Amino acid sequence: MFRFFVTKLGQLIPTFLGITLLAFAFIRLLPGDPVTLLAGERGVTPERHAELMVLLGFDKPIWQQYLNYIGQVLQGDLGNSLVTRQPVLQEFFTLFPATLELSLCAMLLATILGLPAGVIAAVKRGSWFDHTLMGVALTGYSMPIFWWALILIILFSTPPLAWTPVSGRIDILYYFNQPTGFMLIDSLLSGEKGAFRSALSHLILPAIVLGTIPLAVIARQTRSAMLEVLGEDYVRTARAKGLAPWRIVGLHALRNALIPVITVIGLSVGVLLGGAILTETIFAWPGIGKWMLDSIARRDYPSVQGGLLLIAGIVMVVNIAVELLYGLINPRIRHRR
Amino acid sequence: MSTSDEALKSPAAKRHIHAERLREFWHYFSENNGAVAGLGIVILLVLLAVFADVVAPHSPIQQYRDHFLTPPVWMEGGSWEFILGTDAVGRDMLSRLIHGARYSLYVGAIVIAIAFSAGISLGLIAGFFRGTVETLIARTMDIILAFPAILLALVLVTILGPSLTNAMIAVSVVVLPHFVRLTRASVVSESSRDYVTSARVAGARLPRLMFITVLPNCMAPLIVQATLSFSNAILEAAALGFLGQGAQPPTPEWGAMLADSREFITRAWWVVTFPGLAILITVLAINLFGDGLRDALDPKMKRS
Repeated sequence: MFRFFVTKLGQLIPTFLGITLLAFAFIRLLPGDPVTLLAGERGVTPERHAELMVLLGFDKPIWQQYLNYIGQVLQGDLGNSLVTRQPVLQEFFTLFPATLELSLCAMLLATILGLPAGVIAAVKRGSWFDHTLMGVALTGYSMPIFWWALILIILFSTPPLAWTPVSGRIDILYYFNQPTGFMLIDSLLSGEKGAFRSALSHLILPAIVLGTIPLAVIARQTRSAMLEVLGEDYVRTARAKGLAPWRIVGLHALRNALIPVITVIGLSVGVLLGGAILTETIFAWPGIGKWMLDSIARRDYPSVQGGLLLIAGIVMVVNIAVELLYGLINPRIRHRR
Repeated sequence: MSTSDEALKSPAAKRHIHAERLREFWHYFSENNGAVAGLGIVILLVLLAVFADVVAPHSPIQQYRDHFLTPPVWMEGGSWEFILGTDAVGRDMLSRLIHGARYSLYVGAIVIAIAFSAGISLGLIAGFFRGTVETLIARTMDIILAFPAILLALVLVTILGPSLTNAMIAVSVVVLPHFVRLTRASVVSESSRDYVTSARVAGARLPRLMFITVLPNCMAPLIVQATLSFSNAILEAAALGFLGQGAQPPTPEWGAMLADSREFITRAWWVVTFPGLAILITVLAINLFGDGLRDALDPKMKRS
């Protein structure tokens, strides 16, 4: 077990170095030299330019610059935003709870709907429900979510319905402390009347949009995992013993079918964070996805560089955590070389 | 023994075997109604793209100054001249959509051509030269996969500059790892088979072993991956177009058309609805086809 953990964690190091290398290369691959880029629109005099090149270490050999960069990253220094002059790390983690809340709600929605749908489709294999569900799931899987967002806005946010607002996390009427950074929880804690309702109505459409593809994936994965498990000998034994059908499906089959499904859920972090860029941009949701895109548009390259590193880092850590968890549940994985 | 070998090698016999395989494939494939429908739609889209100039009633970039935001024909104020209406600068929606099919299919085809050939080569190299080379390739692919696809594509386009060509390059990089991993895994499992050992003993050189002995036996999952990546590439490129980092105006690319339409969301639903519907139908058709292909090419996998 210990060995398994160590090898898995050991694999993190080259990937981490690769990610830093890519983030490091990003600023240097852009057209124009780094100082001119960092100076932004205002520009610098040639003397100041030369001075800054030395000051920021861009005159050193490239490998030394890279080592310096790694050193800074390990100390948590990702540079400052060109626009706000704030440390990039701080900006990122101020906005991160918004993205986390949206992603968690999207995933919750996808799991609550996808899991039972997949189970029912597998149990009633070949029925109209199965066919319809698989059709819907493939449609969801093929969905351009940026268009889906616009269609939902047309349907639910514009007259005649006009049920939900189209931008932000909560109505500007409300102002309260945010101890958790999660608007749903904070609005409840604030005790302000209507605040929770407002937060929820802001969240619902973006969460549906972001959850659509994971929902389709979970439903498809659950169905195929269930079909596989339902054909196993132990399920046949359980049937032969005369157990109630719901016990067979719920206790014997589902528990084993859940393993690949949980893996799929865990490995969708990348999909969620990618989807967050599109979803947050359309719904003006103040999270890291929108922040990344805005930073690219504003040529705020240190922010883009830092965001790139942090997002890839999060995806990497979560993926490894899922694999470790998987090894914990399933000894066959742990002992495989 | 030798005579039957000779007989098997004659061109006529080979053709017969191919025809037989194709028939078997079609037998399995045509059982799946969705897959056949998907294939039909794909063929229709290809025909539309090829004959866009003939089929489209108007030029995709011609602006009719008297017809800004004309609604589709079945709505009040619509006319047969512009069946699906016009956009904010008076361009015919239907013609732009038909021409847009060109860009989407073109993007998908080029991306797959690049990712398929590069991915297979890297995968073969990784599978045949184990050790450092393999580790290096595998880790590089891990790194690419650590980034959300759209984010990496966005960053690459930022470096290269926004254009359709650069969007295609960026998307190719993003879909590449799937091909590399799949090829490597099949090569590793095939390499230990007897027929590969016997070819090696018979003195086959490395290129022959790679491309003629092993690769054909790894093709089925790769072809399935290629169709699925084709639809993915269309989605990613459209997303880049939507974010203004892909095809540039006035190109009638579906993603870019959607980006232009956003401000008319409350006034003209048709400029928003149709381009996205076109993307959805195309991607769905290709995925249906890909699912059918998977079932037909590999009856062991998910016959359900």
